[in-house]
Amino acid sequence: MPAGSNLEVVLAAGRFAVTAELGPPKGTNLGVVERKAEILRHCCDAINLTDNQTAIVRMSSLACAIHLRRMGLDPVMQMTCRDRNRLALQSDVLGAVGAGVRNFLCLSGDHQQFGNHPGAKNVFDLDSIQLIQVLAGMRDARRFQSGDEFTGDVSMFIGAAANPFADPLPYRVVRLAKKVRAGASFIQTQAVYDLEIFARWMAQVRARGLHEKTAILAGIVPLKSVGMARYMRDYVSGIVVPDGVVSRMEDASDPKAEGMAIAVDIIDAVRDIPGVRGVHIMAVGWEEVVPVLAERAGLLPRPLI
Amino acid sequence: MIVAQQKPLDEIRQMVSGFRRLLVLGCGTCTTVCFAGGEKEVAVVATALRSVLGPEVEIGEAVVQRQCEWEFLDQVGEAVRRADAVLSLGCGVGVQGIGERYGGVIALPGLNTAFMGLTEAPGIWGERCMACGDCLLHRTGGICPVARCAKSLLNGPCGGPQDGHCELSVDNPCAWVLIHERLEAQGRLDQLEEIIPARDWKASHSGGPRRITRPDLREMVEEEV
Repeated sequence: MPAGSNLEVVLAAGRFAVTAELGPPKGTNLGVVERKAEILRHCCDAINLTDNQTAIVRMSSLACAIHLRRMGLDPVMQMTCRDRNRLALQSDVLGAVGAGVRNFLCLSGDHQQFGNHPGAKNVFDLDSIQLIQVLAGMRDARRFQSGDEFTGDVSMFIGAAANPFADPLPYRVVRLAKKVRAGASFIQTQAVYDLEIFARWMAQVRARGLHEKTAILAGIVPLKSVGMARYMRDYVSGIVVPDGVVSRMEDASDPKAEGMAIAVDIIDAVRDIPGVRGVHIMAVGWEEVVPVLAERAGLLPRPLI
Repeated sequence: MIVAQQKPLDEIRQMVSGFRRLLVLGCGTCTTVCFAGGEKEVAVVATALRSVLGPEVEIGEAVVQRQCEWEFLDQVGEAVRRADAVLSLGCGVGVQGIGERYGGVIALPGLNTAFMGLTEAPGIWGERCMACGDCLLHRTGGICPVARCAKSLLNGPCGGPQDGHCELSVDNPCAWVLIHERLEAQGRLDQLEEIIPARDWKASHSGGPRRITRPDLREMVEEEV
């Protein structure tokens, strides 16, 4: 049974989808969420709310997702396994679905060592694949993970992340296959800079027919500065930034503009790869760039279905 | 083995301050093997304490084969009872064993019990088991993701590993990279296609402190009595 989210409808209609990430505030001001959401309103089909991203405490993805629903937007509520066990995760799903949230993204979650509470105890009662299974069971059998039944409809469009760039490379498609088998209907990938690796991974995805069972949205992170490009290349695990991309930033007289140009080039390139059904733009703290990128990449106007 | 590490001397000094008669008690098994609580370490700690605490504090030294078994603890009963406090250089089990066997004795931890693991190379120990109570090593190429993955992921690596190591530390290999390599070498990569569903953590510490009772052995003991 379809969940009826805008993202699901756009994908089902065969349109090239655009999702964008919104980082909730490190504070109590919902106005920040509203301001960012309004920037994104007309340039994407759904908005991801990150869940204590990089293990830094922020306003909850649940609260922000519900608020976006009230604004008439289509949220993708991100859920990590780091901070909550199966009781809390399922409880959040009930609340979110009850409030009209339809898209859920199941993640393992960044390790707390990288965040602002490195001394915290993590949970990982479930891993991301098990979380997909649990949500699919809630949706399809109206049962909790324990088998216990509950009442009410649980319309959900379940998604997951995929990283084609981390070790061990040959295993990456296997992990995607497991996520799809567990019940992931859409996939948002790690930021793509290395088109060669990405295209190789997509070929493996197609060879297994996974692109027909799940909608793959390629991750796009626009580079804001030379420093960011170097940092991502040298220090962020699981992201591959080719030297060619870094030197394009280094040689540019206006690195910000060059970062946008690179992002548009990557969007154009992934659009041509068979099986890629959309892009997921993560403009970490730079939401204003998303409408510009969408415009330049010819992704506007967004379909109203 | 259980791998442990000596607490900083300053912490130990604060812990034992005020006691007149101390017994530094080593353990001849795990903590001896990991050079944290054997005969030599007992002597070193006792000597260091003598120098900081002065001659008015009497410091005895002893080592038992295992602090986690009554028959060995019973061999030092006299020395334990004589002491105001016992500074154990055993693991956390040993510290509690002393307290349980000698009710009323103050047993203090001289070590931080770190993990169950093995000696990877001289002077390097690594964690291998978290005693989750429901072993799945047969499904993961004999390498434990519960103990060796920072997130205890059961269905493959997160998005973090690069150059084979965990994103947390270049010193820690990614468990899932190791599992992948091992299964590939064994020609069993198909095992990684299986989904391991949500676990029942009851057998782990989540089910509360664990105890094993063997009725067959209990019967034998009761018959003897």
